[in-house]
Amino acid sequence: MDEILVLVEHRNGELRDITFEMLTMANRLGRENNLAVTCLFLGHEASDLSERLKGACDTILLMQDPELANYNADPYLMAMETVIKRCKPVLTLIGHTAVGMDLAPAIATRLSLPLLTDCVEVNLEEGRLEVLRQIYGGKINARFSMKPSDQYLISVRTGSFESKVKQGKSANVETVHAPAWTTLKGRRFLGYLEAELEDVDIAAADILVSIGRGIGKPENIPLAQDFADSIGATLACSRPVADEEWLPKSRQVGTSGKTVRPKLYIALGISGAYQHQVGMKNADTIIAVNTDPRAPIFNVADYGIVADLLKVLPLLTDKFVKK
Amino acid sequence: MDIVVCVRQVPEVADAELEINKEGTEILKEDLVMDINECDNYAVEEAVRIKEAHGGKITVITLGDEDCEDVLRTALAMGADEAIRIDEQGFELSDAAGIAKGLYRAIRDLSFDLLLTGAQSSDDGWGQVGLILAESLGLPYASLAVGIEIAEGKTIVHRELESNTREKVEIPLPAVLTVQTGINNPRYPSIMGIQKVRKIEIKETDSEELGLSEEDIGPMGSSVASQRLSLPAVGEGAEILTGSLGEICEQTAQIIRNKGVI
Repeated sequence: MDEILVLVEHRNGELRDITFEMLTMANRLGRENNLAVTCLFLGHEASDLSERLKGACDTILLMQDPELANYNADPYLMAMETVIKRCKPVLTLIGHTAVGMDLAPAIATRLSLPLLTDCVEVNLEEGRLEVLRQIYGGKINARFSMKPSDQYLISVRTGSFESKVKQGKSANVETVHAPAWTTLKGRRFLGYLEAELEDVDIAAADILVSIGRGIGKPENIPLAQDFADSIGATLACSRPVADEEWLPKSRQVGTSGKTVRPKLYIALGISGAYQHQVGMKNADTIIAVNTDPRAPIFNVADYGIVADLLKVLPLLTDKFVKK
Repeated sequence: MDIVVCVRQVPEVADAELEINKEGTEILKEDLVMDINECDNYAVEEAVRIKEAHGGKITVITLGDEDCEDVLRTALAMGADEAIRIDEQGFELSDAAGIAKGLYRAIRDLSFDLLLTGAQSSDDGWGQVGLILAESLGLPYASLAVGIEIAEGKTIVHRELESNTREKVEIPLPAVLTVQTGINNPRYPSIMGIQKVRKIEIKETDSEELGLSEEDIGPMGSSVASQRLSLPAVGEGAEILTGSLGEICEQTAQIIRNKGVI
């Protein structure tokens, strides 16, 4: 039986949600196309962890080796090359994460596989692959039909599918031997780095006023700070503001920053690419201000204001300061 | 420390309302401002900083039409020494692998210690070119660099992971790194600075000179059969407040009060 191969992602002894998200999608495609779903677990002394995948796939391929203790592109590439050459999966799925983004293009090149990165929907019908991607920062949907191929490699955006540990399966575990590490290129994992010291914990705030690229320049930040102060909110930001160092990295909401769940989230001049949405969409109430009526932030907001935040802010602050 | 940096020109879309052409294959770019891809700008700045600390030469390379010379000029004004442009003709509708083929052919004969690209482009966001180049060149690599230290014969790279976490990896040189935004604070070249580099000749090449045929690049070389663009449904979630700005702000203040968090 042909199969779908899913690369298990784990860090510091924990499985990452993306693994189960990919499995949800893989199991659906498996049912529709009569394909088995196989997990590839690369690790070291991690048999217990791999057990947790049993309810969500048909087979677990377990390769254990000291080289695989922490993610490292070098041995991971060789390990995947070995397994993909042996199993010839129709589809190989990798998370579009710091791991998958570091791995997928190199595997595709090494094995001459067609690769589609950062997919949010995947459909397979009679061997024809079609995927949906979001491009231009989530402002455009792009549906790709692929040329016929016996094998495809796909990286999957986090949060696109439900993360379910129990998917009505009970997998067999097969041990796979690690290859001889003959073609490693000398990359070494040295360790994880602690987050920088932070002045406030935005994840603990009840109200967040969050600013994005639309704030324009650092001189405008006091406008947002005044408003935040007037309603007792903490100031947060999206990536571009932290990249510019207008606010410290500890204030950044999103995939590479923090995930927050305040009672009220007020997004000012944030277009709302998925990397930001992932970090804030579970806030109780979201108000968004943006000049672009099609900004993706309005898809997750409860209330939208299509206007220039620099005009809105002084008026709003006034409503609270005077009382 | 010789460094090659791949850059790309993209439309700025953060504050723009986008439209799609009739065929549904491309966005309309006439009214959009073109600029260097954001990550690539950080990559150029990082290269200049490394050169300032360790000496060496920087070559910037792009694949695009004549207008893309602007991006190369800006990079030269920031501190790059040489520039190469691969003409876009024949590369239209290439997938990431097709674009990487052009860059690979132009780069493979250059001598360098470090090859930098942006982690991904802000338009189609494949995030593939840097790593395809690394694998094609047979070099070690690391993606999503938010910190680069150069040591004897190697580099220590801080990679950005999820949830405000980083990892530290060591890689022997020569190597390929893809650069993430926020790694530094890119300088703005002055108009004077751009004037000064006007006379630097930009080397030009094209698919034919690089020995690439129709089967290698463009639609024939791509693994994509077709792509169809559409605008996502608007404001599915949000109730858009209407009225004068004053009325809207009054409604907003009410909503904030009603949520009972103040």
